[in-house]
Amino acid sequence: MTSNGKPKFAMYWAASCGGCEIAVLNIHEKILDVDANFDVVFWPVAMDAKYKDVEAMEDGSILLTLFNGGIRNNENEHLAKLLRQKSKILVAFGSCACEGCIPGLANLSPVGEIVHTAFSTLSTDNPHEIYPRVSFDVPEGELHIPKLEPILRPLDQVVDVDYYMPGCPPESHQIAAVVDLVIKVLRDEAQLPPKGAVIGAGNSTVCDECKRTRNVKFIREFKRIQDIAPVDPTLCLLEQGIPCNGPATRSGCNARCPSAGAQCIGCYGPAEGVVDYGARLITAFSSVVDAREPEEIERILDGIPDPVGQVYRFNLAGSLMKAAKPAWQKA
Amino acid sequence: MSEIKQERVGVYVCHCGSNIAGVVDVVDVANWAAEKLKHQGVVIAREYKFMCSSLGQELIEKDIKELGLTRVVVAACSPHLHEKTFRTAAKNAGLNPYLVELASIREQVSWVHTDKAVATEKSKAVVSGAVSRVIENVPLEELKVPINPNTLVVGGGIAGIQAALEIANAGFHVYLVEREPSIGGHMAQFDKTFPTLDCSACILTPRMVEAGTHPNITLLTWSEVEKVTGFVGNFNVTIRKKARCVKEELCTGCGICEEKCPKKVIDDVFEAGLGYRKAVYTPFAQAVPKYPVIDKANCTYFLKGTCKACEKFCPTGAIDFNQQDELVNVEVGNIILATGYDLFDARRVSNYGYGRLPNVFTSLEFERLSNAAGPTNGNIVLRDGKTTPKSVGIIHCVGSRDKNFNNYCSVICCMQGLKFAHLVHERTGATVYNFYIDMRTAYKAYDEFYQRVLEEGTLFVRGKVAEVTDAGRNEREKGKLIIQVEDTLAGKQRRIPVDMVILSSGLQPRADAKEVGKLFGISCSTDGWFTEKHPKLDPVATMTEGIYIAGCAQGPKDIPSSVAQGAAASARVLDKILQKEVALEPVRASVDQEMCSGCRICNGLCPFNAISFLEDRMVTEINPALCQGCGTCVAACPAGAISGTGFSNEQILAQIDGLLLRNIEPVEA
Repeated sequence: MTSNGKPKFAMYWAASCGGCEIAVLNIHEKILDVDANFDVVFWPVAMDAKYKDVEAMEDGSILLTLFNGGIRNNENEHLAKLLRQKSKILVAFGSCACEGCIPGLANLSPVGEIVHTAFSTLSTDNPHEIYPRVSFDVPEGELHIPKLEPILRPLDQVVDVDYYMPGCPPESHQIAAVVDLVIKVLRDEAQLPPKGAVIGAGNSTVCDECKRTRNVKFIREFKRIQDIAPVDPTLCLLEQGIPCNGPATRSGCNARCPSAGAQCIGCYGPAEGVVDYGARLITAFSSVVDAREPEEIERILDGIPDPVGQVYRFNLAGSLMKAAKPAWQKA
Repeated sequence: MSEIKQERVGVYVCHCGSNIAGVVDVVDVANWAAEKLKHQGVVIAREYKFMCSSLGQELIEKDIKELGLTRVVVAACSPHLHEKTFRTAAKNAGLNPYLVELASIREQVSWVHTDKAVATEKSKAVVSGAVSRVIENVPLEELKVPINPNTLVVGGGIAGIQAALEIANAGFHVYLVEREPSIGGHMAQFDKTFPTLDCSACILTPRMVEAGTHPNITLLTWSEVEKVTGFVGNFNVTIRKKARCVKEELCTGCGICEEKCPKKVIDDVFEAGLGYRKAVYTPFAQAVPKYPVIDKANCTYFLKGTCKACEKFCPTGAIDFNQQDELVNVEVGNIILATGYDLFDARRVSNYGYGRLPNVFTSLEFERLSNAAGPTNGNIVLRDGKTTPKSVGIIHCVGSRDKNFNNYCSVICCMQGLKFAHLVHERTGATVYNFYIDMRTAYKAYDEFYQRVLEEGTLFVRGKVAEVTDAGRNEREKGKLIIQVEDTLAGKQRRIPVDMVILSSGLQPRADAKEVGKLFGISCSTDGWFTEKHPKLDPVATMTEGIYIAGCAQGPKDIPSSVAQGAAASARVLDKILQKEVALEPVRASVDQEMCSGCRICNGLCPFNAISFLEDRMVTEINPALCQGCGTCVAACPAGAISGTGFSNEQILAQIDGLLLRNIEPVEA
């Protein structure tokens, strides 16, 4: 407990885009409740703080840490371990921390290739071929930047995680609900869910919240949504040949994308019963392909131009495959 | 991972004589399991020479009782062979049989590896996987469903007729479906049978009549099976009864329609293209049933809209040009497939000249030539229809034992060739040459027949014929068919001029065997024959329960073997019928309705129609009596809402962890 007697709150971003932070701020006046009930001790995006301040805190002294972003470099890893040590409740907040998200797709490439792509492709003006170095000598002394690890890992592959809050980013109404819940717990009006639970989301799939009509499916062609005109506004998108990830994706977003006329891309991660998201989706899609001849099946499946991006867009780093040992050894 | 459950696991490693122990250090595997898997709950690990022996089984039963085992892993052969044995042993000792797992260290280890050290390590991993898995197993109870006592027999050749009669005589109903207008199959086309030279028709037709008049047999000729649903004990079969254009209830089979029909058609089915039939016809005089069919593709009325001669002359008004195909639905408990074979198309061996050289005949053509009821009244003559050949060459193994066509031996061709030689001798006195690769006259009284044909003076040339040609090189060869062959016994090339060549063609799977297999849910071998459950010990059952095979559909065979298989299949069916109910494996899929969001991806997938969608609650449901536990919907469910008993995520993931030795903890010092 700090001097003001309020429990401590922290939020940290590791390998992420910052969208999760914005989503938190997007809960509008509810953010005042956070301030009223918590002492915000560490939140780099919102307030100045030094790592050494955190290091100086007592173990377990932070009640709640929302950790967003995956673990891509040794700085991420250090902070993950540090915040785990200092926090009572550590929440993997958002898709990156839960399952790797878009940064996790970089696990398809070795580190060298990633750096090369970032620093020397057409969109980068780097005539002197300057590449980042982990340490660099300047007259004032030696400078360090964090070292990239061979792969990106979701938070729970590095430290023990208490709760998971999916979404890219988590929906603001879900964040607000979780904030309400924690405040109620503080006032002994509610109980925390069992450890390891997914919070701020549903237990079913996006289809459960989707209003579109559904029939038995026979797919003779997969198409990209921009190649279909017009998209039927009431019929299941998958039945229209649009690879929609809704059937395997956890509910909680109120089927935002399908309601707006776009296919679900799966940002709420695997549904409750799903062990490997991509494997589930690919078997589901393949099951409803309406063809018998191998060539025809191949043609239909070729309608999904980027299979990994389609079925593992958010879940590659968190998939059952994770990364093979050689990926670590190579780096 | 969930916390480690405290089960008491027994591990039993089988030597299988030297089958496993020759390649795997079984003692090391057992010791390793006892030590390294102890923390998982392994309380005893033994190795034994033959776990499947009564002594081996008793060993397990004793341990279950005395050590209080709650799980058993047997590291032995594939579950296909002995899963049932060990499950029964567990049951005898009071343990739920589904708490037993087999780790296949024979088929998946010792038989596929030679390096003993590596094989032993792999065996440990396989055992480790099975131990991790068996801990996640749950007790299951078998499902009992009643068996419908009716049987469907597909194919009305001798194998199908035999099977149908056996079951019908035992007092149970049979639906016998035949694609052609009459039952009888290939046997009805033959003149004589080897080696007894019985008149084929004389021994077959009584059986046909019996099948046609049997009160327990519903004959559905000119019919084909279109759809099969359900499972053992409860199949629902849709049969298309093609329009005969003849009212069976009025037709007396007098044959006037056939006599008056002005349209002659080459009969390339029954007469093998050697004779004619009419557009309205019964394939042969003794056809069962006696009702003719109108061949719509050739009937003048159907082609031009006039004629109707048959209708005019029919004394009972049985002709009905407007008759439509009829779909008949029958419910049966078991199905026997006796769909027979196709004759190898001798045209494919172009160097033998069939189809190009008129006096080259196929075996089936020769059967019709020599048949007293055939187009020549049994006179063996050349294609001109009058000249009797003075010399005849019979070529064996046409299309068989040949890498260019079929690798297998067609079994019947040697005896068929010998039969032909005898008939030619007897009826024409011609000089007969038989060209063979190896003479295969196994089985009762077959070789004696060979001796007899030798004594009759038939000349035998051992060698594969290279070519049959009409390009004579000298006077002696002029106007003849010359057989070019390497005589491997004399060690020289020979050219033998003859008047007539008979190709003893092989047998091959029906052209549509694959589709038929799919329809009934059974598979075909690479050659295309239906695959039996076990090549030695279960030759008439298939991997699909309730579906049996008999006769040449399973592989080339002669008449006695086909009859024996027909009878064997019927015995298997009667066994099932008399059990009255069948215990279904409790491996079933079920839907967690909390997790199902009604996406309907699984709805069209079930091969057994066990899935239904509840519109009002927007969830899917699986009927456990119809579900066969195939797992298609389990794999397809994107929400992971469908799970299969015996194959839960927990079991499979635990087994993977075990295989990868992730369950091994450092042993305490």
